[in-house]
Amino acid sequence: MFTPVLSRNWGDADSFTLAGYRRHRGYQALTKAMSMQPDALIALVKESGLRGRGGAGFPTGMKWGFIPQGTEGQAAKPHYLVVNADESEPGTCKDTPLMMANPHVLIEGVIIASYAIRATYAFIYIRGEELHVLRRLQHAVAEAKQAGLLGELEIVVHAGAGAYICGEETALLDSLEGYRGQPRLRPPFPATHGLYASPTVVNNVESIASVPSIVLGGAAWFSGMGTEKSKGYTLYSLSGHVKRPGQYEGPLGLTLRQLLDISGGMREGHELKFWTPGGSSTPLLTAEDLDVPLDYEGVAAAGSMLGTKALQCFDETTCVVRSVLRWTEFYAHESCGKCTPCREGTYWMVQILKRLEAGQADEGDLATLLDTCDNIFGRSFCALGDGATSPIVSALICSACAKKDTFTPCPHRFREEFMAHLPNGCPFDARRSTVWADSLTGAGA
Amino acid sequence: MASVELDLQPPVDRSTVPPLTDTTRAEAREIIARYPKARSALLPMLHLCQSVQGYVSPDGIALCSEELGLTKAEVGAVATFYTMYRRRPAGTYHVGVCTNTLCAVLGGDEILAALEESTGLHHDQTSADGMISLEHIECNAACDYAPVVMVNWEFHDDQTPQSAVALVERLRAGEPVAPTRGPNRQCTFKEMSRVLAGFPDGLATEGVQAGPATLAGFELAQERGETAPRYPDEE
Repeated sequence: MFTPVLSRNWGDADSFTLAGYRRHRGYQALTKAMSMQPDALIALVKESGLRGRGGAGFPTGMKWGFIPQGTEGQAAKPHYLVVNADESEPGTCKDTPLMMANPHVLIEGVIIASYAIRATYAFIYIRGEELHVLRRLQHAVAEAKQAGLLGELEIVVHAGAGAYICGEETALLDSLEGYRGQPRLRPPFPATHGLYASPTVVNNVESIASVPSIVLGGAAWFSGMGTEKSKGYTLYSLSGHVKRPGQYEGPLGLTLRQLLDISGGMREGHELKFWTPGGSSTPLLTAEDLDVPLDYEGVAAAGSMLGTKALQCFDETTCVVRSVLRWTEFYAHESCGKCTPCREGTYWMVQILKRLEAGQADEGDLATLLDTCDNIFGRSFCALGDGATSPIVSALICSACAKKDTFTPCPHRFREEFMAHLPNGCPFDARRSTVWADSLTGAGA
Repeated sequence: MASVELDLQPPVDRSTVPPLTDTTRAEAREIIARYPKARSALLPMLHLCQSVQGYVSPDGIALCSEELGLTKAEVGAVATFYTMYRRRPAGTYHVGVCTNTLCAVLGGDEILAALEESTGLHHDQTSADGMISLEHIECNAACDYAPVVMVNWEFHDDQTPQSAVALVERLRAGEPVAPTRGPNRQCTFKEMSRVLAGFPDGLATEGVQAGPATLAGFELAQERGETAPRYPDEE
């Protein structure tokens, strides 16, 4: 069930050093890659079926193939590789431990990918709020450079400054150019007009870190894991009211039930109430969805998105209104302000949800809330606006009813719980949700 | 009806803020030299200014604008967009409590309340002695260690209200404190900002390679004797 590849050396105390990485065949893929033609590498990654692990699931090899090659027009400009290490989606916590424990697998992937797309400059844009991970990356780049592994390639580790929106690839590029991080209109796409209006590949950390294993193992080895259209292994991040939160590396297509069964399940005496498959921007699922295969198609069929495989699990002590409010406050704070529906809509959704939590709302507010979502979804430059509507809409409308397109609260999700807030505000005791709740009362109530 | 709370903190006493020097300027130029285009250096340069002064001061804005050939308004527009750039000096130890949904539900709200009570500080305030500043923060990519407290963006995992209050008391008293996943001692806000500007502090090899939650799946795989398929050349 588990297939540790990225995590296979994490148990070694020196896993983050060049010597520690080399003990596990580190940089052997680089040697092999350098004996291949760049186009052959792009073909290999295409054939492997690797899809972007940052959430969208776009085929990585195809992205590389979009970079114009040659000596004329855009192709003649410098090419850039940019690694998106701005891991900030609520619930998402995979790239951070990966880069802390094994930064060299990312650096090796960066060197190979840069060679494939013919880039001589690569950037790793890491969020600024994880200092030790930044140190590990800086150290790994210095070690690799000193060992002569970079060749002509320059790798710059660039720390962000606290803006979720910079995880959106075009906002990231603006930020890397020294501007406010606001998304760009596409087309043109980064493949032709990315960093400094030059051909640019932007890939997630886990995607790039998967490349060395594909080079060593081959496309068939990689695609032997996973499901028909979602190939390979991945990191699942289990968090919340579970007995054993953490990182679990396995093939795509495992189910939350399998992961919970094997890791000890929900905390003692409690039941799963709702969960996110891939961060807060992916519509909520419930205990009915425990057997959904966690691959791109399976989760989409259940009305959500695989996203980052950030499996946040909440038990019955958790108030869904409180949870949704907190996420909505996050989106309101992180909206870059460029698009009116997102900037204004998220602000008003917070106001309504706060009234609801305080017992000052009425039934009409639920309709207003959904109406606001309807006016944000699909009406913003980037996916932040869409994502901001996910928690609210999925808390009020199940995926089957959502398909009927009536956009009114259905009885299959948490409408009753929202309604229960109308008379006197939140009926939950927040203290029961804490990790220390049961140790105080001595029982799983 | 919504109310607006005015943040009427006194203006920054700039006589107590260390000046930016020729060294700062020389280091800013080192940063610029890393990039194909100069303006890309702006974010790390602002981190550099914070490493000297503890916040982005008007002098810091001026330095960046001079070195990059931008107007102060252009630099200010960038500095005010990003949450990590402070408009008033941070404490020596800048304490962030995650109150995004997962951490909040698992206890982050209680931790923040306990710290507010013990320090008398609220979001975005700095203690009079300049030692502690407090902030409620968004998801910090450590959900498997919830509830999480960050001090100068070092991980202090699996906190409780009691442990967080004790942590801040120790920092304030100058007692040694180590992050759970980080170097052997807790660095200061200014030391941190220097690393963010791209000047390593030599502490990368300190601390654990991974915390216990990071290793959960790795250890289960070992217990169960499970591995990924062998590479073809290993068969």
